[in-house]
Amino acid sequence: MLDFIARRLIAIVPVLGVVAVFVFLMLRLTPGDPAAVIAGDNATSDQIADIRTKLGLDEPIWTQFAIWISNVLQGNFGESFFFKKTVAELIAQRVEPTLALATCTLVFAVGISVPIGVMAAYRQGSLIDKAVMGFSVLGFSVPGFVIGYCLIYVFAIELGWLPVQGYVRIGVNFWQFAERMVLPSLTLSVGFVALISRITRASVLEVLNEDYIRTARAKGLSNRVVLMRHALRNAAVPILTVIGLGIAILIGGAVVTESVFGLPGLGRLTVEAVLSRDFPTIQTVILLFSVVYVVVNLLIDISYTLFDPRIRY
Amino acid sequence: MFSFRKSALAVVAAASVGGFMGAAPVQAQTLKVVMHSDLKILDPIWTTAYIVRNHGYLVWDTLFAMDEKFDVKPQMVDKYDVSADKLTWTFTLRDGLEWHDGKPVTAEDCVASIKRWAAKDSMGQKLMASVKSLDVVDGKTFKMNMSEPYGLVLQSLGKPSSNVPFMMPARVAATDPNVQIKVEDVIGSGPFMFKRDEWKPGEKTVYVKNPKYKARSEAPSGLAGGKVAKVDRVEWVWISDVQTQVGALQNGEIDMIESPGHDLLPLLAKDKNVNLVTTNPTGNQYTFRFNSTVKPFDNAKVRHAVFVAFAQDDFLKATIGDPKYFEVCKAPFICGTPLATDAGMADVLNGNAAKAKQLLTEAGYDGTPIVLMQSTDLQVLTNLAPVAKAQLERAGFKVDLVSMDWQTLVSRRVKKDPPNAGGWHAFLTSWVAADILNPVMAGFFNASCDKAMFGWPCDATIEKFRDQFSKETDPAKQKQIVEDLQKYWVNHPTHINVGQWYAPLARRTNIEGNMIAPVTVFWNVTKK
Repeated sequence: MLDFIARRLIAIVPVLGVVAVFVFLMLRLTPGDPAAVIAGDNATSDQIADIRTKLGLDEPIWTQFAIWISNVLQGNFGESFFFKKTVAELIAQRVEPTLALATCTLVFAVGISVPIGVMAAYRQGSLIDKAVMGFSVLGFSVPGFVIGYCLIYVFAIELGWLPVQGYVRIGVNFWQFAERMVLPSLTLSVGFVALISRITRASVLEVLNEDYIRTARAKGLSNRVVLMRHALRNAAVPILTVIGLGIAILIGGAVVTESVFGLPGLGRLTVEAVLSRDFPTIQTVILLFSVVYVVVNLLIDISYTLFDPRIRY
Repeated sequence: MFSFRKSALAVVAAASVGGFMGAAPVQAQTLKVVMHSDLKILDPIWTTAYIVRNHGYLVWDTLFAMDEKFDVKPQMVDKYDVSADKLTWTFTLRDGLEWHDGKPVTAEDCVASIKRWAAKDSMGQKLMASVKSLDVVDGKTFKMNMSEPYGLVLQSLGKPSSNVPFMMPARVAATDPNVQIKVEDVIGSGPFMFKRDEWKPGEKTVYVKNPKYKARSEAPSGLAGGKVAKVDRVEWVWISDVQTQVGALQNGEIDMIESPGHDLLPLLAKDKNVNLVTTNPTGNQYTFRFNSTVKPFDNAKVRHAVFVAFAQDDFLKATIGDPKYFEVCKAPFICGTPLATDAGMADVLNGNAAKAKQLLTEAGYDGTPIVLMQSTDLQVLTNLAPVAKAQLERAGFKVDLVSMDWQTLVSRRVKKDPPNAGGWHAFLTSWVAADILNPVMAGFFNASCDKAMFGWPCDATIEKFRDQFSKETDPAKQKQIVEDLQKYWVNHPTHINVGQWYAPLARRTNIEGNMIAPVTVFWNVTKK
């Protein structure tokens, strides 16, 4: 197992290398000049050129890459062109809202989707099954920002139960933190619930037709025990896989959700950095997202062993 | 379910009970505002970005300031004097001016600040070209010795918009103008103090009242007069989504939106808890900018043909929509200001496609497609380029509309490459009126070839007029120069003004006192 983990961790290095080169080149080759953005709309060409020099953007592209990558290898991710802060500081400031959003979303999504997926499979063809399938089609089809606006309109503006936007750190006031997390997490969960509930239903349905389930029922086990101990556990591997793959959806969704609900997280930082061509920030955030994606999927792979004793690394 | 409103009611109820029970501590008045952009840069001299200028007005003060009637009035300056030959200006600071760190404001600080500002700002550079020396006389007095009389000394030092000559401590003003000042150096003498420890870019920026600020005794007017902070704390909360901004205002989570989108104004107008207030009566001007270095716009007659082909009404209806928020105005130096005039403009901006076609034929236009850059991510600009395309095509131009985001446009417009190889022929933008009140201030009138703004017009006659204007000290004669310039410029345009528009700010009904000024400022604002 340790050998497997070590090999997977080592495999992250070339992945990050490719991501680093790709992101760096994409940013330099797409149009947009951070110096022009910094200088402001009324700046002259000379002012823009001065800023470009100060930022080192007049160096050849490979020189810029060499400087950046050698700094990254030393743990120095550079300074944001705009914020006058190191990128590491910026990320540290922004990580909590995104982490909170991701955690709440996962809790909501798994807490809702697995039970309804199991129910849909268990009652295949029933009204519940059709409702779950209908919801999942809707969840896939409606964009996250539309769901967000609808939730804001109903629960914040019309009913006045929850705030429209903002973030309060969990350590400052837990209740204010919680009430500001409800709508964004629900918004981001919808797509996830649709995805996981469908997979859960399909996996459980497949397992329910296996001989060992029939055997378990023949032994006189209750439906609950059959479902929870035998069916769901055996259906867990594809469900976990889709949760792992869904991390990419979560990251993408966080960008939109954080913008709609005014959460100062990494998603919004990414959008702001892209719009203002803040190269050091974009590069680092994308590297970070890549690491998160790879590590989460490694953890998912490891967790397979908990559900399926046949899987050993 | 936890209710924000219920929590708020509970706080109010508790406060009320407290009132009956005895002297409750007075709660700090906090004004929560969503500005037009997030504050990422702190140095208003380093960048011309408007959000940084607005930040500057909170923290720093100016020697002079423009009032509601466009007159320049002393601000930090107590008295000033100009010699009979107009070659020596003497400025004396008010008593009791202090930086936020408690040190006194000195003449030395002001001299250093003027020098740093003038190194960056085009109007400052023009001023300094006529300045022989800036000398400190004593702690409160300095002299500006001119090599020749200059007509825009006060207008320059009281320049209302980017770059504003804000006064900074000498050690801060000693920073290279091309390097941003440090976060810890955001120390001014203005009515509010920047809270460095609470600045979270992308989230919020906080200012607190400067208890030691000595406001002038005059009533506030425009950017001049007594700057009395009437709230204890101003929080700029950043909400990037415009729909969410509106929701937050309706829900009472914020007090004000500086520039709500025009499409959302009807929604806000219906809300009885929200007022829409136009605080910037001069508004903004849409502008079509030529690249004068490339064919066919290197030919003045072709540029004039565009002037003849355009009609402002179509641009304004397509972008702003509600006539309450726009004005057809031919005066390039802004309707409603001292230098507004229609001189020379009778035959242009009437949408006369037939006349424009004739001019194009006379100019020998060879059908070169016009590369017109369109910004698609800024709502107030998006619809301008399609209107321009339609009007140009009606006049006989071929137009290649190239869509991109604003930042890409900003990067491309500084390129001098051929239009079909990454360059450009034209684009549309918007100016805050306060930036273009006279031909020296208005950047697009600068026709000094390579030293001019992107588009790089090269016209010695326009430059001569600008120079004459800057050296003329009699306002009546200045106006005459503007009229003469305008008559010439119509036939040799560097850009075209395609309409004036206004953006109201949206505020809760318990907020009052916003100044009528070209910049959103926060002194005099009250929260009941």
